[in-house]
Parts: sequence; C-alpha cells; structure tokens
Amino acid sequence: MRNDFHPTEAEVARLRDRAQFVRLETIRLIEIAKVGHYTSVFSAAEIFAALYYDVMRLSPDPKWPDRDRFLMGKGHAAVGLFPILAELGYIPTQILNGYTRLGNPLGDHPDMRKVPGVDFSSGSIGHALSNGLGMALNGRRQGRDFTTFVMLGDGEMQEGQVWEAAIGAAHHKLSRLVAIVDRNGYQLDGAVDDVMGIEPLDEKWRAFGWEVHVVDGHDISELTALLRRVKADTAREKPCCIIARTLKGKGVSYMETEPGWHLGYLDPSDAEAARQEILSKVI
Amino acid sequence: MSIANLRPNSPNSWHYRELNMKNPGLDHLSNGLISLVEAGRDIVAGSADLQYSNGLNRFAARFPDRYFSFGISEQNMVSAAAGIATTGTMPYVATFASFLGLLTCEQIRMDVAYCALPVRLIGHHTGISMGFYGTSHHATEDIGTMRSIADLTIVSPSDGPQLEAAIRASADHDRPIYFRTGRGREPDIYDPKADFVFGKAIEHAQGEELTIIACGLPVHPSIQVARKLNAEGRSVGVIDMATVKPLDRDAVLAAAARSKFILTIEEHNILGGLGAAVAEVLAEEGSPARLVRHGIRDEYALIAPPTHLYAHYRLDQAGIETVVREIIR
Repeated sequence: MRNDFHPTEAEVARLRDRAQFVRLETIRLIEIAKVGHYTSVFSAAEIFAALYYDVMRLSPDPKWPDRDRFLMGKGHAAVGLFPILAELGYIPTQILNGYTRLGNPLGDHPDMRKVPGVDFSSGSIGHALSNGLGMALNGRRQGRDFTTFVMLGDGEMQEGQVWEAAIGAAHHKLSRLVAIVDRNGYQLDGAVDDVMGIEPLDEKWRAFGWEVHVVDGHDISELTALLRRVKADTAREKPCCIIARTLKGKGVSYMETEPGWHLGYLDPSDAEAARQEILSKVI
Repeated sequence: MSIANLRPNSPNSWHYRELNMKNPGLDHLSNGLISLVEAGRDIVAGSADLQYSNGLNRFAARFPDRYFSFGISEQNMVSAAAGIATTGTMPYVATFASFLGLLTCEQIRMDVAYCALPVRLIGHHTGISMGFYGTSHHATEDIGTMRSIADLTIVSPSDGPQLEAAIRASADHDRPIYFRTGRGREPDIYDPKADFVFGKAIEHAQGEELTIIACGLPVHPSIQVARKLNAEGRSVGVIDMATVKPLDRDAVLAAAARSKFILTIEEHNILGGLGAAVAEVLAEEGSPARLVRHGIRDEYALIAPPTHLYAHYRLDQAGIETVVREIIR
C-alpha cells in the first residue's frame, strides 16, 4: 500500500475530534428521544468523520450535481449523521434540539425530502446499495465523476437485494460506487454469526466481482488513507467494497461488551458517565 | 448428415422475439420513449430480462446509452431507478405487472413514492393476459397494492396508442407513476397523437340504463357492447377510467346521476381495484345508482390461452354483453 494517502497528524487529530463529536451528539440527541441506536453510530463514528470531514467532495449547496453521495443502508444510524449535516450548514443547528419530536424533520431514519444533505431516504434495510447503483450508473452516463459511498450494516448482508445490487454494480463496472460494510458483528437479535452467518464476507464480495479491502474501522488514519486511495483510483474498473472491522458501541466500555445495546436509552447520569468515558479516550 | 449439422425448424425463445413483435400495442412503449428523447427529454429506460417482451429492445437499439439492463433483479431495478431519478434524469423501468405490482411493492413505496421521485413504472402483461403461464404471472392485485400507496398515480391504458400518449404526457408529470398495461394485443381505440390528460376519464357513450366504467383491456369490448345495445334502442354508457388514481370522481358521479346502474369492469380482482375505487365514491356521496363489480371474483384465475380465459371470465365482448343484459334485462 502506498503511504502518501495517509492523513497528517493534525488531520488525524481533527478527524478523531469529529468522531468524538459524533458520539457525544448521539448521546445528547438520544436523551431527547429517550430511545435510540447508540451503538450503531459508535461503530461507524470514524467512517462518518472520515467521509464528511475529509474524503467526500461537498459543496454548501446540498443539491450540487457533482457532489459525492453518501447513503446509509443502516439508516438507523442517522442520529450520527444529523449533527454533521448541521455543522456543515445544511440544516439549522437548533433543529437538532427537537430530534424526533412532533413536526421535527429528524427521526430515527434519514429522510431526503425533509432533511437537506440527506442523499437518499432509508430505513428499510437492503435498498441503499441499489439506490447508489442507480446514482453511479446515471452519473457515469452524464459524464460526472462523483463517488457514491454506501454504508451498509453487516446484518444487512442477509438481505437478498444487496446481492442483486452487488451483481448489477459489477456487471456495469461501476468503479465510482464504494460500499462500506460496518462489520460490527451484532444485530438486533444477537451476534450476526449466530443469527444468520455471513462469512467469509470478503470472499463473497470478491466472488461477486468487487475489489475488496478490509480495514480497522476505528483506525482513523488507516481508514482515511484507504478511503482517499479508493476514491482517487481512476484505473479501477469494478466497484469497491470496504469491510470496516468495528466494535458495536465503540467508546463506551459496557456497550462494547454487552450485546443488548442495539437499541437503548441512557438515563441522565449514565449519559453523563458515557460522555466522560468518551472524552477520556483517544480512539 | 451428422448430428452436428442437424438444425430444427421449430421456433426457440429467440424466434419468439419475432412473435413478440406481434404485440403491436407494446411497440407504443418504445415509440413514446423514443419520441421523448427526440424531443430533448433526459430520460432513460430499463428492464429486467424482458426487453423483447415489452419491446424496449427497440428503444435500446436506438439509444443504447439510455437503456440499462438489470437482469432478473426487479427490486434492484426499482430502487436503482429511484437513485437515477435523484440525478435529474427520468427513469422508465418495465417488467411484468405481477412482479412490479407485488414483488417490488415495498421498493415502490419507500424509494419511489415516499421519496416523491418521478420514476415511471411500467407493469406490462397485466391481469390474466399471461394465460397458461399461471398465477405467478397473473396480476390481479396490482391496482389494489399500488392504489394504497400514497402519492402514486396509476394509469391503465386500454390500448397501445393510449399508452404511447400517456408515456409522452408523463414527461411533464412530476409525480411517480405506475402504468398498468396489457400484453399489446388489445385492439386500437385511440390515436397515439391524441393528448392524454392524467386524472381525466374518457367518456365514449352516455346511458340512462347503465354506465360501464372500465379500464384496460375490457374498454374496447365494452364500447362494442354499448354500440350494439344502443342500436337496439337500449341506453348504455361507457367510460374509460384510464387513470385509476387519482380517480375522476366527477365522471363517476355524473354517470351515477344519469344511470340506474354502474357496472365496473376490470381485469383484476373485484376487491381493491377499479370497482372498489368507484364503490368508495358512490358510497361516500350517497349515490342512488346501483353498483355491480365485474372482474375476477376474489379467486386465482384458471390457466388457459388468454382468449379462452377472457371468455370464461366473461371479459370479452360476448361475456360483457351477457353481464350487461343480465343487469338491465
């Protein structure tokens, strides 16, 4: 692997700080909703940070046709995306304070019609790679060079439509389509391997005609370098899948070890303790 | 002659491509799309391994960069079409109505209609037109499923020219649309150059004894039946409800004010389809007109060649005539 895509120490520090921001804001917003998907965001916090604060080509105009796209197959992690969209100026920051309350556009899942900056609505697991395939397919026909990033849950690998899209993207040689599997190992009913095993995942994607990379999804330096490299690679003639090995609940010790935290609610004292733990760590 | 040189005279599936060209009604699908591109519209089309069944091969040959092959992955196709629509291009995707209206129902709800994207879904070979291919290929529920999806326009053209006109008009319609079309062997009623107006019923005849409200394939035989009966001095009206949703309520109520009976005819389960939509209007408005719904009576259709099925279910001209005569005596 070439090393020239690695972020500088200053960039790493900033991205770490933004991943921490995502985790802290997630705790704050779920305190408003009183139930939410903490751990689904915590496993993906570095992915969010690397994409939105470094890798993706964005514009103040959320409808700019040449922007890079980001879709979430695991739409239930949207609570981690909204604070980023607010910080980037796509939605007013005060909207966050009414997260999930009557009339607020921000719910458990992202809604493109209500939230500027959301590139596609999701919530029904398994659609997003197909949505991204359509964007990449027609973007290429239009002569645009944007990259479409689709973050998928590892439980989502159990959905048949994902593999329809995987076949289709490889057939159409959609080199500007990048899937990122948040391989955090857990879904609602338990460990992915127990509920419906998906390994060997890298071999599956490779067999479907994709270029495959496996990376530590919490190593912000390696993750960012890989995403930069994959995006910059104009010679690739196939879509690319990044399997990000992550910890569900990364950052809060008991969430990392107890499998029951797919959904949950931290009461104010637990929320404060979780905040302190996140602030005390360098991830 | 060696075995290697043997060549059968019998047709195979590629020969049937030529036979499918005998579905002239569906030629109008490509005609409409080609005219849209020629008019400068940014549209693309896609199909799920059925381009020779729906005639999109002609569009694909003419504009290969605007045609996407999706293979047998209908759900992927619908979700991808929604993705395409976000990039400013209007996608038209087609497959059998049985698959589009049922298999991809959730993708249509979530990715197309809820996201309010101008995707055009073309469900062809609808109703029982697939004959002996059986229930898996029959679509007698698609109006019901699609009608319950908010913000989805449903168009059921009764012939190829009307399909072409509706396809052309759809480029200026900003809502998601489900087209429910036949297999392309319906007799022509309309001129493809005529304007198609979404949400506007087409009245072919007015009647005081009974008004037929039909959509799709039964419209043509209904017109014939009305003509015959009216020549006998009876008074039978016919309305082509080409847009099933939003329903032309005014047309329904005007017919109900004029006629003693309203007879809905559809190649669909009488539950959840056009008859149900008309019933809702009549009941809500307290109309005194008596409603009779004709179609598939909440059952899975038998298998047979299509014309045999239409006769069996009294959806052909002779059958519709007996249904009407039983009502008006």
